[in-house]
Amino acid sequence: MKNKKSLLHSISAAPHIFWAVLFIVVPLIIVIFYAFTVQNPDGSYTFSFSNIASLPDYISIFGLSLELSVIATAVCLVVGYPLAYIMARSKPKTQKILVMLLMLPMWTNLLIRTYSLMAILDNNGILNQLLGTSFQIVGTKGAVIFGMVYDFLPYMVLPIYTCLSKIDKYMWEAAADLGCDTPKTLVKVILPLSRSGIISGVTMVLVPSIRTFSISQKLGGGTFELIGDTIERQFVTGALNVGAAISLVMMVLILISLTIMNKFGDSEDGGIIV
Amino acid sequence: MKKYASIIYISLIFAVLYIPIATVILFSFNSENNTAEFMGFSLRWYIELFRSEDAWIALRNTIILAVSSSLLATVIGTAAAEGIYRMRSKLVKTAITSVTNIPMMNPDIVTGMSMMLFFAAIMGIFAIRDYNSIGFLAMLISHTTFCLPYVILSVLPRINELGNSLSEAALDLGCTPIQAFFKVKLPNILPGVISGMVMAFTLSLDDFVISYFVGPTNFQTLPLLIYSMTKKTVKPDMYALSTIIIISVFILLFISNMRSFKKNPEPRKIKKKVGGAR
Repeated sequence: MKNKKSLLHSISAAPHIFWAVLFIVVPLIIVIFYAFTVQNPDGSYTFSFSNIASLPDYISIFGLSLELSVIATAVCLVVGYPLAYIMARSKPKTQKILVMLLMLPMWTNLLIRTYSLMAILDNNGILNQLLGTSFQIVGTKGAVIFGMVYDFLPYMVLPIYTCLSKIDKYMWEAAADLGCDTPKTLVKVILPLSRSGIISGVTMVLVPSIRTFSISQKLGGGTFELIGDTIERQFVTGALNVGAAISLVMMVLILISLTIMNKFGDSEDGGIIV
Repeated sequence: MKKYASIIYISLIFAVLYIPIATVILFSFNSENNTAEFMGFSLRWYIELFRSEDAWIALRNTIILAVSSSLLATVIGTAAAEGIYRMRSKLVKTAITSVTNIPMMNPDIVTGMSMMLFFAAIMGIFAIRDYNSIGFLAMLISHTTFCLPYVILSVLPRINELGNSLSEAALDLGCTPIQAFFKVKLPNILPGVISGMVMAFTLSLDDFVISYFVGPTNFQTLPLLIYSMTKKTVKPDMYALSTIIIISVFILLFISNMRSFKKNPEPRKIKKKVGGAR
């Protein structure tokens, strides 16, 4: 009986294991294969480090992507934390409405949102038309950062809000009884308790901002390239081996940073599941 | 005083979040081909859109793909969650969940790239000349793959919570293991299964990056259509399409939230998309 049961159960996970190996592991192995080979004119592949060796050419792009996404993440945290805090402290019914309002833009396609932002900020866009000016906004770093903040802010607010709303309200009274004033309670009690929310929020903003390519294409006005754009360009021009090498490096970097973040967060429910 | 400050703060942020969306909706009704100045109200872009065959085909493709990939992911994912729950070796368990979560944490541009290279290799192995002939299959496989972790992640906690005693009781009372699963366990974990399926459906509906890499020329989805529209000169017809999508999402979300308003007065726990937006 026991044997029969466990056989049945191993069968129930089998399609998934098959699927995961074939469509997750094998494609990644192919990426690694591409990253370490060059294609000969006759169509065969030879092992080579030349793709990896060409990566230093892209270091400035990596740096720029990292710079813009870190700034965008910091802005999201600074703007988003108070919002999450206010949300968590409001009435239950208001909380629900606010969460819904925050989720609506999240469910709207990213391309549409980025595009609508471009229509406003463009040189002949709505903002300049309204003000009667011709500020150049699109094409600056600021515009790309603003686009990232605009697109990913809800991903920062929601985990922090979830975390804050779980904090017992008697925590405040306890802190007050023990002699903390409001700012001190915030810094010493509430902030540490919301750490796991902050960590998942930071991850959820940082990762998509690093890899984005539609935001920088639209709001960067084609003036500068981020790492996502570079991968896309290799794909369009058919330089698949170099593209695979860049993808591989990006993947390894992101997986490493996720693992590190995971160490700092509580793995229970606020953190990221790796 | 403090209360007003928070109201102003919230309003300011939501204004910034919603002004671009409102702009899209407003300018979709513009009577002229202009996306910066509002000339007058008209429905001409909607009429043009409804006459456009591309938009209808893309809509049909998007729905076919989202329905089939979310169903496939739900079936495979639910079975997998049950299997993972029963596994005794902790090592195997961790290995499987880690591999499953790769598409969720990996940058989607990398997932897209890896899928594209994979299908290129498949074409080489089976000597397939025309990518379009396996195009839909490739899209279906890719979408199912990135939806799977979300399904498993929403079903597995339910199975863990439910425990094993109910199905053991069913077995003692004479159910076959299959009956025990379908008659006892499945009804109990159904909320998790459904929320996983809904999540998979919306993710597939919304996906642009992976479809961009994998998509064949004969199977265009709405996000791909929008992207190709933004590559050309801006016309309000794209705004009209966006408005229709935005409004349908709003209505869907509103209905699903209304239901939860009535059901439980407690604030709903937010499901996180780990790794961020697709």
